[in-house]
Parts: sequence; structure tokens; C-alpha cells
Amino acid sequence: MPVIDATGRPPAVPAPSAPVRSRDPEAHPVPTGREEAWRFTPLRPLKPLIAGQEPDGKIDISVAAPEGVEVEFVDSGDPRVGRVLTPVDRVAAFATVRAGGAVAVTVPAEAELTEPVMVALRGEGVVCYSHLAIEVGPFARATVVLDHTGTAKYAGNVEVYVGHGASVTFVSLQDWDDDAVHAGAHAFSLGRDAKLRATHITLGGQLVRLNPTVDYRGPGGDAELAGLFFTDAGQHQEHRLLVTHQERNCRSRVTYKGALRGAGAHSVWIGDVLIGADAVGTDTYEINRNLVLTDGARADSVPNLEILTGEVAGAGHASATGRFDDEVLFYLMTRGIPADEARRLVVRGFFGEVLDRVGIESLRARVTAAVDAELAAVGS
Amino acid sequence: MSTLEIQNLHVTVETDGEGPREILKGVDLTVRKGETHAIMGPNGSGKSTLSYSIAGHPKYTVTEGSITLDGEDVLAMSVDARARAGIFLAMQYPVEVPGVSVSNFLRTSATAVRGEAPKLRLWIKEVKEAMKDLEVDPAFAERGVNEGFSGGEKKRHEILQMTLLKPKIAILDETDSGLDVDALRVVSAGINTVRAAGETGTLLITHYTRILRYVQPEFVHVMAGGKIVDEGGPELAATLEEGGYDKYVKFSEAA
Repeated sequence: MPVIDATGRPPAVPAPSAPVRSRDPEAHPVPTGREEAWRFTPLRPLKPLIAGQEPDGKIDISVAAPEGVEVEFVDSGDPRVGRVLTPVDRVAAFATVRAGGAVAVTVPAEAELTEPVMVALRGEGVVCYSHLAIEVGPFARATVVLDHTGTAKYAGNVEVYVGHGASVTFVSLQDWDDDAVHAGAHAFSLGRDAKLRATHITLGGQLVRLNPTVDYRGPGGDAELAGLFFTDAGQHQEHRLLVTHQERNCRSRVTYKGALRGAGAHSVWIGDVLIGADAVGTDTYEINRNLVLTDGARADSVPNLEILTGEVAGAGHASATGRFDDEVLFYLMTRGIPADEARRLVVRGFFGEVLDRVGIESLRARVTAAVDAELAAVGS
Repeated sequence: MSTLEIQNLHVTVETDGEGPREILKGVDLTVRKGETHAIMGPNGSGKSTLSYSIAGHPKYTVTEGSITLDGEDVLAMSVDARARAGIFLAMQYPVEVPGVSVSNFLRTSATAVRGEAPKLRLWIKEVKEAMKDLEVDPAFAERGVNEGFSGGEKKRHEILQMTLLKPKIAILDETDSGLDVDALRVVSAGINTVRAAGETGTLLITHYTRILRYVQPEFVHVMAGGKIVDEGGPELAATLEEGGYDKYVKFSEAA
């Protein structure tokens, strides 16, 4: 029997208490694994990053940006560093400290980028850290793609400031080799009436633990966070989302879909939404769906919603984890469709909603091909 | 000449904790191209088991007997191979396949069964006409398969697939159940169009005689207790309409 956990039941644990927020690694306790924030995570692979081990080298970062976009390496005293992101754990604090500065990408106000900013991050097999600070000026439109490949033990911070009235599409693809370890704090701040479409796609890695957070720096912000993960045997893929509504009339949507296969495949999805007392008119909904393809996989899914005002426009969440339905497989096969093709059809259909948001056709095709390849290995 | 031949078919199903239970206890049946057979019987007589066993549902185990299509051993084929060989099962309760559009599903299925992708322009025309005949809204094509379909829509969708896949043998498992008269009329007309082409043998599985007024069978078989206990022409259906299954149920209990 597969172990399927947290199928939409109320969380057994209270919403997390406010964590320490500091850039100083030593201000954060060393996790033991008993903390709410760490209870799902295997700590052993993360040890060098929790200890803040000196980097053995760098992650190879190359940025291809359209004209007008400024790319520079700045020291960590630069005002763009930490404007959005304040570390809430040791690993994130070390990421900035050990990176020794940040790659800053600045999209000027009112720029309308027709091509995406492509950030390729290639792991060279060593302990490494980086910090990426992206600022999109007021009323600009930009697409930013992070493409993680290779292998590393890597702590990477990313902060994105979406200026007022700006619109940003952000994609982070974790297409790591099987032995990569990646801990990432991805923080987004939205100015007044800003719009964000962020998608996290996690396909590879031994352990991937991402912490996307959203806050609003003015009213009228609109954030849609989507995610797709395909967790294989022995992989741990964890997405911990926190959306903090402190401003009026902001909107957030969180849609994460995962497929799991193989012994020891473990996915974790945490969806925390906090609606502050002043955040009247908030409209939020979060959903996580997981499809368990084989026995021996485990999906943890914990939505949390904390509401401190009575005047919300909407607030809800849903979570469901289910097995691949054998009756669906039978139905498709009675129409002549071979088992592997039937699985492909169903999983593509399941992920379609998230894939449709990617927007960039070449990336979509690459992810679809990767998902198909994963499925081919499931066999019959 | 397509012929489905079922000989001495014994089928068991696994029960919770009580080991396998025999549902079919020696069924003999031959269906030829162009013929329409009705299989009637009370609940629990094994009608649905027969249809699922022909299609190859993994829940059912054939312990004895044979099923052949034009001499080929159907039991040796996987579920999808059976469909490609020309066996079609219209389900009583078709399942939802979320996120897979009807148009994608139909095309994938037609490609698999025909062995090559149908030419796009011709295909679109073919689907459009079949949908029109079955009074299916064209917007239907972009919906997820069976997702949020009403009972009648599901059955129309099943017959739409039958129309497009042109099977050698079509098994219609209680296609009439849950249909109002208007839907029954449309669905029956769809079935009759396929029959009229003369290339398909039809096995109509039903509890009630109502659909037989629209889709007239040449042969009627009565199932009870996992066996065919009576056979005849259309007049047998008329007798059943009046007398019900009482005498067969008693018969099977006595046996």
C-alpha cells in the first residue's frame, strides 16, 4: 500500500510562529528536524549548507538579457540586496554571506521586454552559494527564466522586486542531475498594482527545498504562483510557499501539481497564507494536487490559512492526493491506446493547467519532453 | 466475415477475503458481423461481467473457455490490443479523464485503432458530422473527457466513439440506462447508423426491453446465474416484457 498523507485534512499542527528574520547566519538556530519548518526535510544532505561550509567553487551563472537590461555583480551592501528578501533560516542567511555579493539584474521603468531574461545556473559539483537580485522598474513588462542544471550542493537566494504597475513572468526550472542538493529562498515583492506570474518547475535533484514567498508593498497587487514537480524514487522535493497579505485589495493564487513515482519518492507542499488585520479586500486561493503513480511514494501537503480580518473578498484552499486511477487506464486502453501512451495523456492533462502558464513555447516543450521521459521510465 | 466466438467461458472475480468467486459459469455465444444480439437478464446475472471479460478488465479472471475474434485468441491480447483488433465496449459508467480534451482523446484513439493518424481535414469533418448526428454540442470537443458530463452526454460520447472507431464487434453495456426518451432515441439512431453499415456485430446488454424497440435485435439471449438460460428471436424480448425474469431466477436457483 502506498503511503498517502494529508489529503485535504486540516493540518495537525498550528500555523508556524514567526521565524527569526536576519541576514546574520548565527542569529538562526541550527535545525534539528523537529521544527515545523524542517520536520519533513532530510537534513543530512543539507549539512554543509546549514554549517555554512566555505564554498569549493561557484555556481556558473550566465545571464542573457535583452538590450536595456542592466546586469552587474554588486556587493552585498548594495541597496538592491535585501530589499525584498530577509533570510528566515541559516541556509538562506549563508547563501548571501558566502556568495560574497549578488548578481543584480535591473529592468528599467516602462521597459517592454519582448525577449526573456535568461539566467542559466549550472552546478559544477561543488558546495556553492549565490544571490540574485532582480528589480523590475515601474510599469515595465519582463519575463525572467532561471534554468538550473548540472549538480551541486547549492544554496541560492533570489529576490524579485516588481515595481508599481509592472508585470513580471518568472519561471524557475530545477532540471538538476539526480544528485543535486538545492535550497532556495525565492522572495517576491509587489508594488502597487503590480502583477506577478511565477512558476516553479522541479524535475531533478536528490533534494530540492524551495521557499517562494510573496509580499505586497502597496494595494492592488496580483500574484499567481504555480508549480509543477515530478518526484522520482529517492528524491525529496519540497515547496514551501508563504503569501503575506498586509495591503488592501491584493490577490493571490497558488496552484501546485505534483506527480510521484518509485520507492522513497517524497514531495512536500506547504501553502501558508497570512492575511493581516489591515488587508481588507484580500482575494486568495491555494490548491495542491498530487498524483501518485506507483507504490512507495509519499506526498505531504499542508495548506495553512491565517486570517486576521473579517473583510476578505475570498479565501480558500484545497489539497488532494490520489493514485493514478486504474479505471481511467482501462478506459483509455479499451480505446486502443497503449498503457504508456495512456499514462502520458493523463499526466499531461493533469499538468496542462500549470504548463499552459509557462508561456514560453520552447520551455514548455522541454518540460513536456522531460515529463514524458520520466513517465517512460514508469513502465507498465 | 468478422466473428466473435465465446465458448464455455468461466470467469471469476476476486472478493474481499473470500477468495475468487465464479460469476460466469460456461457461456457460449457467437456474434457475426451485421448481427445484433441482445443479452438480457436480471441484476447480478453476469451480463456486465461478460462485457468486461471480453474487453479484458484486469479485475476478472478467465478460468476456462475461450474467446476468439476471427479465430484469433482474444484472451491472449492486452486490453488495447483487443480494441485495435476491433472490439469496442461502450461503458455503463464511463470514467472522467480530467485535463484530456474530447478532441485529443478521440484523435489519439482513432490513431491507435486505425494504425495511422487520420488526415486532419477529413478527420475534423468526420467528427463534426458524427457529433451533429448525435446532437452533440460542438463546444463539447474542448471539454475534458466525461468531465462534468450528464448521464446522457456520457452515453452520446460513447456512441460517438463507436461511430468513429467502426469496430468489428461493439458491446454496449446498458447504454440505455439513465437515458430519457429523447436521449434514447438519439443514441439508438447512432447505434443503428453503425449497424446499417453492416460491418459491425453488436452485442446489446440491457436489463430492460425499452431500447429493443429502437434497436431491434435478431437474437435475444437471457442470462441468469452466470449462464445463458434461454435464447430466441425478438419475440423472446416481448415475452420478457410481460413476464419479467422471475422464471429464470427460479431456474438458476434450482440449477
